[in-house]
Amino acid sequence: MLSIKNLHASIGDKEILKGINLEVKAGEVHAIMGPNGAGKSTLSAVIAGNENYEVTDGEVILDGEDLAELAPEERAHKGVFLSFQYPVEIPGVSVTNFMRSAINETRKAKGQEEMPANEMLKLIREKSELLEIDRKFLSRSLNEGFSGGEKKRNEIFQMAMLEPKLAILDETDSGLDIDALRIVANGVNKLKSDKNAVIVITHYQRLLDYIVPDFVHVLYNGKIVKSGGAELAHELEEKGYDWIKQEQEA
Amino acid sequence: MELKEKLLSSFMAFEERIDVHSELHDVRTAAIKNFENKGFPTKKEESWKYTSLNAILKNDFSVFPKTENAIQYSDVKKYFLHEIDTYKVVFVDGVFSSHLSSTTHDGIDVCLMSSALNKPKYKMVIDNYFNQIASKDESLTSLNTAFANEGAYINIPKSKVADKPIEIMYFSTGSETALLVQPRNLVIVGENSHVQIIERHQSLNENPVLTNSVTEIFAQKRAIVDYYKIQNDNLEANLIDNTYVSQKQESHVSVHTFSFGGNLTRNNLNFYHFGERLTSTLNGITIIGESQHVDHYTLVNHATPNCESFQDYKGIFTDRSTGVFNGKVYVEREAQKTNAFQKSNNILLSDKATINAKPQLEIFADDVKCSHGCTIGQLDETAMFYMQQRGIPKKEAKALLMYAFSNAVIENIKIPELKQRITTIIANKLGVKIGFDL
Repeated sequence: MLSIKNLHASIGDKEILKGINLEVKAGEVHAIMGPNGAGKSTLSAVIAGNENYEVTDGEVILDGEDLAELAPEERAHKGVFLSFQYPVEIPGVSVTNFMRSAINETRKAKGQEEMPANEMLKLIREKSELLEIDRKFLSRSLNEGFSGGEKKRNEIFQMAMLEPKLAILDETDSGLDIDALRIVANGVNKLKSDKNAVIVITHYQRLLDYIVPDFVHVLYNGKIVKSGGAELAHELEEKGYDWIKQEQEA
Repeated sequence: MELKEKLLSSFMAFEERIDVHSELHDVRTAAIKNFENKGFPTKKEESWKYTSLNAILKNDFSVFPKTENAIQYSDVKKYFLHEIDTYKVVFVDGVFSSHLSSTTHDGIDVCLMSSALNKPKYKMVIDNYFNQIASKDESLTSLNTAFANEGAYINIPKSKVADKPIEIMYFSTGSETALLVQPRNLVIVGENSHVQIIERHQSLNENPVLTNSVTEIFAQKRAIVDYYKIQNDNLEANLIDNTYVSQKQESHVSVHTFSFGGNLTRNNLNFYHFGERLTSTLNGITIIGESQHVDHYTLVNHATPNCESFQDYKGIFTDRSTGVFNGKVYVEREAQKTNAFQKSNNILLSDKATINAKPQLEIFADDVKCSHGCTIGQLDETAMFYMQQRGIPKKEAKALLMYAFSNAVIENIKIPELKQRITTIIANKLGVKIGFDL
């Protein structure tokens, strides 16, 4: 589904990604772990098409199509979803209306009719129950005054609404207490199928107890330096990242 | 001949048409003298520092339109709030158009300034209210007073609710190469009464227009007045709006100014307090581009205790457009327990757009709550990326952000059809189809 080849990306003059290779197939869950500053968030931003980063070499291919020339919204229309590490507050736009715009713009891009209001309401009800979100919450301004946990839960709610092909969860576990973590993970697991894929970006192994990855990759200094199965996450949790650093610098 | 000279000589001609023995004659004569002494304001004056009339005044304006131009309702229907029934007071090139209007004397007076000024039965009202709150010092107001003859006259007696909104509409047809119009409106709202008014100036072709309008609003005890100004004129039209509000105790007056069109627009909005526990609300949304210029010059004069004022102005500026917000709050020594809040939030969407924001608080009472906040920012790029990531295209994402930015003011529109209209104008202005409501 997703094929990343020799990806190099910079912000300003600073090269952050230095040759990433990654293959993700439908039905798989990949975890990308690594110390702070390794380039984890940059990788997710580049896949989503954030224009602040410049891709200097390599390619990102989704279902055979090079994403290089596509705007963030076009990537979204093709099924790329990024759960933000820091979801943005947008005062004056309610969660419900934001979702309505997002869904209808996506449908428009695909040449479909707008979703009928009753269908939309049904979908919202269903998905908010999945994420155990209070209905009152949905009429509030997007992310404004939300707690850290509410913001993350709202991200996964949006993911559930949009049903992406490729979901990238960037540090979705940060700021979550154990109950919220369980709800979020449960939501992600319910959405998983053999047609979509998930990339979980995280610093800690905690979330991976709930969302069990098929593959774990360690990102360090802009490169994937180690890949393995779920057991690699446990090893990292036990030993920390220092041994990776030492191995690299040796 | 310079416009000023032309106006002074026109005044002589104008006087011949009216009764020189009336008391109004003295008012007008004093006004023209003040204008003669002061002339048009220039950038040398502190209150006109950011707005220059020079380029506009070079036009050879015709002061009295030569002929009345008949226009059909079907041609101008779109400018009215046609989805609902309204009273209408409509002028074409400064002249009352009876066939476009829908006036009334049934319980409330919604009619013409010229009738009120000339008919004996209105004499007492005119003596009590006309030119009582308008400045006698400000030269453009004086110029209007000197020629004051036509406009809307609205008088809502005690304990009446105007059963439908009132639209005051000024069309210019541009049969003249350049036209100066000076409407004069008088609005009196009695104790416990309520009225909603929408005012609009609309030019129907490309000839330059300068409108120098004066509106006096008197709100008696517990009166509620909602006044909406729609400024969405074409790029040859210029508007100087001078509005003076006099409020008695426990009254609520709100003036909402929507500035989207026109070449140059200057809004002088003045509130004066004459009673306790009253509320003044001044809201505005400005969305302009090209080389448009909009200047909001507001004054709230807190002279009595326990009153509140709220000012909330949102501005979005693109291309080479320029905006000015100059908001003055004056709290007199007697006005204890005043709550006065002022906000001016602006977004610049281009490097060449400018906003000059100048809040002024002058406080002479010691037990008051006053605040002001001016912000000038750019579009939030992170929010844009976030919305695009969810599938909302750049242009729509931008529009959604702009709506959200203006939403606090839009929410305050109490006529649903008007709210819809304003939202549509904003959508057009931002170049998107209205697909989302907030």
